[in-house]
Amino acid sequence: MSALERPAIIAGIGQTEFSKDSGRSELQLAAEAGLAAVEDAGMTPADIDGLVTFTLDSNDELLLMRCLGIPEVRYWSRTPHGGAGAHTTVQHASLAVRGGSAKAVLVYRAFNERSGRRFGQPNARVTPPGWNWYLPFGLDVPAKTYALAFQRYMFRYGLTNEDFGRYTVVARKHAATNPNAWFYRRPITIDDHQASRWIVEPILRLLDCCQESDGGVAIVVTTADRAPHLPNPAATIAAIADGQLVEGNVMFNYYHGDLAEFPEARFVAEQLYATAGVGPGDIDAAMLYENFSPIVFLQLEAMGFCGPGEARDFVADGNIELGGRLPVNTHGGLLGEAYIHGLNNIIEGVRQIRGTAVNQVPGAEHVMVAGGRSGMILTPAP
Amino acid sequence: MPRVIPPTVEHDDAYFWDGVQRHELLLQRCATCHTLRHPPVPMCGRCHSLEWDTQAAAGRGTIHSWIVSKHPTEPDTEPRIVVLVQLEEGPRVVSNLLDVDPADVRNEMPVELCFAEIDGVLLPQFRPAVGS
Repeated sequence: MSALERPAIIAGIGQTEFSKDSGRSELQLAAEAGLAAVEDAGMTPADIDGLVTFTLDSNDELLLMRCLGIPEVRYWSRTPHGGAGAHTTVQHASLAVRGGSAKAVLVYRAFNERSGRRFGQPNARVTPPGWNWYLPFGLDVPAKTYALAFQRYMFRYGLTNEDFGRYTVVARKHAATNPNAWFYRRPITIDDHQASRWIVEPILRLLDCCQESDGGVAIVVTTADRAPHLPNPAATIAAIADGQLVEGNVMFNYYHGDLAEFPEARFVAEQLYATAGVGPGDIDAAMLYENFSPIVFLQLEAMGFCGPGEARDFVADGNIELGGRLPVNTHGGLLGEAYIHGLNNIIEGVRQIRGTAVNQVPGAEHVMVAGGRSGMILTPAP
Repeated sequence: MPRVIPPTVEHDDAYFWDGVQRHELLLQRCATCHTLRHPPVPMCGRCHSLEWDTQAAAGRGTIHSWIVSKHPTEPDTEPRIVVLVQLEEGPRVVSNLLDVDPADVRNEMPVELCFAEIDGVLLPQFRPAVGS
């Protein structure tokens, strides 16, 4: 099998510190994270010839090339829909290197999402096409748009906000031992969770919401033939897929059968398991994008880690903690570590495969990294 | 009152907001295969017809899901109840529920269409169905 036929690899990962006020430009954050990833891959910027980021990223590709001194880029692209497409960036990079359009692609996301424009605040000046059906009725921040679906899940299976809080307690427990995490050494109890103020009553409290963070994360994707020559172990992208369905409208899907289900995540998982030749029981750890705690429950069910309506007990019984059946978000996730639009979940997946995570799952060989509508399975490179 | 973000009327949804001015909730309907579609799109995904007309919703439906919408950090004098209404015609619409205490809202509760001006913006709204 030629290098182009084999799955691509993640060769390098990099990041800035995660904060609430970086004190520097988003371009500088992208440059710092990008350089760290290139060096982690044992490369120089001249080895990079592709760039991929989110459509929502404010950094200009040519300015980033100038910062890093990348002399030539042969491929670039961007992926839509924010965090739901976080893994799509790596899919683009993977296809670019496997198809020969680039030799090594730098994926990045960098923003001042706390000290600059906050995702958690209504912004009346921005009315993108397709939002007339939501904004005038009061769905003006992500917490509300997502809570409208989560409420159906609570109704269908009889969950309360306290059930969701049990995920947050685990995320904060994992973050408490992760020096990268904003909430390092700051675990919480379920009582702390229940004492936090309502954001969307009776669904989401403050501690159900991901952080708003400043920071940057970058990833180097290249072909499998490079794996034996890298300074750090590579992670093979054993499977990677998107999952979009026709009922959707702009960023969400209020229009499929029952909003207590997450059919896009099921579609992603089915593709990933088929391609990687594994099932949910083979997954050693999962990094699941959580803008809000309930989305973990919907993903656990949609991806087959437990049955419909069983996520409440699956979480409460300790399965998602270190030492449990499926440790989830071992770095603390977007609630505990930081919200870098989900790319920080991907680099934690790589650390688990390398065996270098601070909260390491011993012998992790299949790591799911998913965000509902996109995801991947990482394995060690041969 | 909470601030209402008014719609930015576009080519493909102008019919809807025109209908609201006449106190009608209009559903886009394919003129060829008669499929109802909401939110609207300019081509029928089923038969690819570009021809469409509208059907006024009868205004009856049930609550698929709901939330209480408040500003995330600032105090609101009057929170809004946001509902996802399952219309009896088939499509779902996001709207607000009036004339009810949040403590009394239930999933699957029957609701009926009404119209109200909220912060100067005329919007299709719902209230508990008479007799429910």
